[in-house]
Amino acid sequence: MAAKIVTITSGKGGVGKTTATANISVALAQLGQKVVCIDSDIGLRNLDVVLGLENRIVYDLVDVIEGRCRVRQAMIKDKRFDDLYLIPAAQTRDKSAVSPSDMVTLCEQISDEVDWILIDSPAGIERGFKNAIAPAQSVLVVTNPDVSAVRDADRIIGIIEAEEKGPARLIINRLNPQLIKRGDMLDAEDVLDLLAINLVGIVPEDETVIMSTNMGKPAATDEKSLAGQAFRNIARRLMGDDVPLLDLNLKEGIFHKISKIFNTGGE
Amino acid sequence: MQKFPIKGFNEGILITIREGNWKELQNDLLEQIDSESAFFNQAKIAIDVGERELGAAQISKLRDVLLDREIKLFAILSSSPKTESNASTLGLSTRSSLLQKKESRISAVIMDGEPGLVIAKTIRSGADIDFDGHVIVHGDLNPGAEINCTGSIFVWGKLRGSVHAGVEGRENAVVCAMQLDPIKLRIANRSYKDNKLLRKLRKKPVKVSLEHDKFVLDYWDS
Repeated sequence: MAAKIVTITSGKGGVGKTTATANISVALAQLGQKVVCIDSDIGLRNLDVVLGLENRIVYDLVDVIEGRCRVRQAMIKDKRFDDLYLIPAAQTRDKSAVSPSDMVTLCEQISDEVDWILIDSPAGIERGFKNAIAPAQSVLVVTNPDVSAVRDADRIIGIIEAEEKGPARLIINRLNPQLIKRGDMLDAEDVLDLLAINLVGIVPEDETVIMSTNMGKPAATDEKSLAGQAFRNIARRLMGDDVPLLDLNLKEGIFHKISKIFNTGGE
Repeated sequence: MQKFPIKGFNEGILITIREGNWKELQNDLLEQIDSESAFFNQAKIAIDVGERELGAAQISKLRDVLLDREIKLFAILSSSPKTESNASTLGLSTRSSLLQKKESRISAVIMDGEPGLVIAKTIRSGADIDFDGHVIVHGDLNPGAEINCTGSIFVWGKLRGSVHAGVEGRENAVVCAMQLDPIKLRIANRSYKDNKLLRKLRKKPVKVSLEHDKFVLDYWDS
C-alpha cells in the first residue's frame, strides 16, 4: 500500500485550507480509508483545534524530524475514527525547523501504512509552502470566490506548475449563492474561467462550519450540514467516484425567501 | 578555494562543478556563494555535475543548504543516468526535462525580421516577461502577470493582465488579444485609459494600435 499524498494550499490566508483538510480527512475516514493529516503550519498550528485533538498532543512534527520520537508516537488517533491520525505542527518553532526533504522523508516513512496523507499548508509562498508541497503527488488549491483570493490562487497554481507538481485541482470554498444572485460575488464559472484548472468541489458558505470548527467537530461528520455534504463529495471524487456537484440553488430557495424578508427594509 | 564557472540562462543560473571530492566541492561552492551573496540572493540555480554519480541524499542535502541561503536549486544536469534519475525523484529538473519543457512551452521565432517569443501556456499572476522583440502567447494572460517588450504583443486568449508594447518608444507596436480586459495597457509612452470602450469590446478579438499619439481599437480580423 502506497499512500496518495495530497497537499492543500491556497496562497492567501483564511480561505479555509485547514477546514478543508480536516473535513476531507474525516470524510475519507468515513469512507473506510486510513488517513494521516499533517499540519505543516509550524508556529501557527490549528488543524489540531479544528479536529478537536488539541489536548492529546504529546509529540509534534518537529519532534519527529529532530529525532526525539518515532513517527508513530507523533500520530494522534482521532476520537471518532480509528483510522484517522493527525501529526500536529510544533507551536514553539518556526518554518525553518523543517526542510522540504524532511517532509519527503517523513511521508516515505508512513506511506506504506496508510491510504492517504493530507498535508495542510501554511499561507504564503515561502519556506512553509515549499515544505508542504515537496512530498505532494497532487495539490488541491482552496480559494474563495473573491478577487484577491482568486489572484493568489492563480499565483500559487503558477508556482505549482513551475515546481512540476501540477496540474493542481481547485476547491471553491464559502460560495454564497445569495450574493452571486445579487451580483456581489464572483460565481464559480468566473473563477474557473480565470484559473482554468479542474474543479474538485464547491463548498457553500455555511454557518455550521464555524460552529463545528469551534467545537472541534468537522462539518463532514454532520449529516445535515450542506458544507459537510460538499466535503464528503470531494472525498468521494478524490477516491475516483463520479459525483455530481451539489445543487446549491435548491437550498437557496429557502435562504432566498428568508433573506428577502430581512432585506426588504435595507434596500 | 577554486572558483566555479557561472553562466546565466533562461531559467536561472548555471554552475558547473568540476572533478574532485564532493564534500570539498560543496564547501567551496557554498563559500563562493556566500562571498557573492548579493548576486545569489533569491537565485534559481541549476548545477552541472558532469558525469559524477550523486545519490538522492547528497542531492537533497545540497538542496537544503542552498535553501537555507534562500537559493533554490531547481535542476541537476549530469551525463550520469543514475544522477539524473535521483534528481528527478526529488522533483528537480534534469537536462532532458528542461529540454522537453523548453520545446513544449517556450520557443523563439522570427517575425518581421525580429525575434518573437512564443509562450504556449497561460501566464499566471506573478509572472513577469521582458523581451527584446515580439511576444506571442498561446493561452491567457491573467491579472497580476506582466509582459513588457520592445515589439508587439499577441495574446491568443484573454488578456487580463498588464502589457506594455514598444517599451523603447516604438509607436508602431500593437497589442492584439482574443479578449481584452487589461489592468494596464501601454504602447510606447502612452497609457490606455478609456475602459468604457474596452468593456464594449470585451468579448471580441481586438487590435490596439497608436495613430498620431491616439489609441485606435479595431476588431482583430485581419
